[in-house]
Amino acid sequence: MNPSFSANPLTDLHQLLQYPFMVNALEAGTIVAVIAALVGWFVVLRRESFVCHTLSVMSFPGASGAALAGLPLASGYFVFAVGGALAIAFGSRVSGRRSAMQESAVVGTVGAVALGLGFLFLSLYGGILESVETLLFGSFVGITRGQVETLFIVALLAGAVLATVGRPLFYASVDEQAARADGVPVRALSIVFLVLLGMAVAAIAQIVGVLLTFALLVAPAATAQLLTDRLRLSLALAVALAVLETWAALTLSYFTNEALGFCVTTIALVLYACARASRELRR
Amino acid sequence: MFALPFVRNALLAGSLIAIASGLLGYFIVLRAQVFAGDALSHVAFTGALAAAAAGVDLRIGLFAATVLMALLFAALGERARADDVSVGVAFAWILGLGVLFLDLFNASSSGSSGIVGARALFGSIFGLSTGEATLAAAIAVVLIAAILAIARPLLFVSLDPAVAIARGVPARLLGSVFLVLVGADAAEATQAVGALLLLGLLAAPAGAAHRLTANPYLGMALAAGLALASVWIGIALSYQIAALPPSSAIVLVAGGFYLLAFAAPPRRVAGVLRWMR
Repeated sequence: MNPSFSANPLTDLHQLLQYPFMVNALEAGTIVAVIAALVGWFVVLRRESFVCHTLSVMSFPGASGAALAGLPLASGYFVFAVGGALAIAFGSRVSGRRSAMQESAVVGTVGAVALGLGFLFLSLYGGILESVETLLFGSFVGITRGQVETLFIVALLAGAVLATVGRPLFYASVDEQAARADGVPVRALSIVFLVLLGMAVAAIAQIVGVLLTFALLVAPAATAQLLTDRLRLSLALAVALAVLETWAALTLSYFTNEALGFCVTTIALVLYACARASRELRR
Repeated sequence: MFALPFVRNALLAGSLIAIASGLLGYFIVLRAQVFAGDALSHVAFTGALAAAAAGVDLRIGLFAATVLMALLFAALGERARADDVSVGVAFAWILGLGVLFLDLFNASSSGSSGIVGARALFGSIFGLSTGEATLAAAIAVVLIAAILAIARPLLFVSLDPAVAIARGVPARLLGSVFLVLVGADAAEATQAVGALLLLGLLAAPAGAAHRLTANPYLGMALAAGLALASVWIGIALSYQIAALPPSSAIVLVAGGFYLLAFAAPPRRVAGVLRWMR
């Protein structure tokens, strides 16, 4: 396979879609981008990027643990992501009132321990080193039909949960005290959101890799929120940006043979920087 | 166990790196900058791979990348601290860059890229030569001296920035120096526990110390002590159990200490402030 980019978009499209793995990758990427943008929008609103990064790190022990136990990788991803979400929720709760200090220490420690476990599982498994890179930085070559279907189900679930709790979650994220006074279960909502984030991140990490989920989760949502203050518009914009970024990155990666992770993160950074600059200029 | 040179090297470098990380971690947790610390540790990965791709000593890449990034965070000022989205987007890109370098390195030399990558990500404390261990230890001593030298004003600025600035403490300068120290420590610790596991030494012992005592000097000592204990116990465990990688053992022990600290009654921030006055 030696694809070359041409001026004719139809030829390019034909080249892109001629292999089933690329069709799978595009479908999986689109599903992932939509969940990532929707969940990420709330992550940015709640300023929980660090938690988000830590939960994405959970996928590493998840994948290596599942490989060690001989289970399907996806099950490991989801078990560890949800476990990590609960550990963070529990850890922040025990440290009393949400002190930023202890919370960041809890989050950081959970992440480091997860990576330590992942490395241990990997060394017990005796895995090959190349697979570490795929695990951490993703690969779009090996996506199967089954994975696409699983992703689709997870996306539907996540969408349903978000549609149910979206409104109170938004209220609790923007003005926690007022929401609490109005009888919104703030605490329960934040746990539900953490678990949802864990699930979403587990789905995303299977495609873009553990370390780069951030590029799809936080960057499009942050860019959209910089571009407009209107809520529904920025949510829609976040989804559109995430989908476009994914398509562009897959295309770029396919034609140039550069790593997918590099393409995704670069596009995300450029768009974010542009949005930031235009925001500064408009002031 | 102590007769083996690689164990002695690991203990020498590991102990001093642990003390430096514990002390710096105390301030990182106090200033709620764990995310910045995490970002700096990931930058170390890119630095190491850039050096590998360029064919120079890994440590040059490590230190150059982390110190530059720390200066960048410092230049962004308060923003780098408050705006976790910018930090996140920037460091996702840095990691993406790391993957690119990994590919470049892959292309330029056949084979061993997986090993370089894994070594940068997860460290190899038993793989340090005597020269490497001595240099790492010496740099760690410099870091420890530097953090102790600025400890008192840094505490003041971290706990009560408004009053500290009013009294003429150079808050911005201190913050920048501190970030550079964290960057240098990230480069150091990458050689021992790896870029990904550094937070285990930075956040876990310090988090435990903050839970256990309100007295800042006792807390610093405790953080350094717990980090040191984590490294020693981790090295001993992984020496006994062949399948247990030293980096994992160290981080898991540190995490265990933090978990134990949760059993102790929580302390209040007000206690620290009271003690300062």
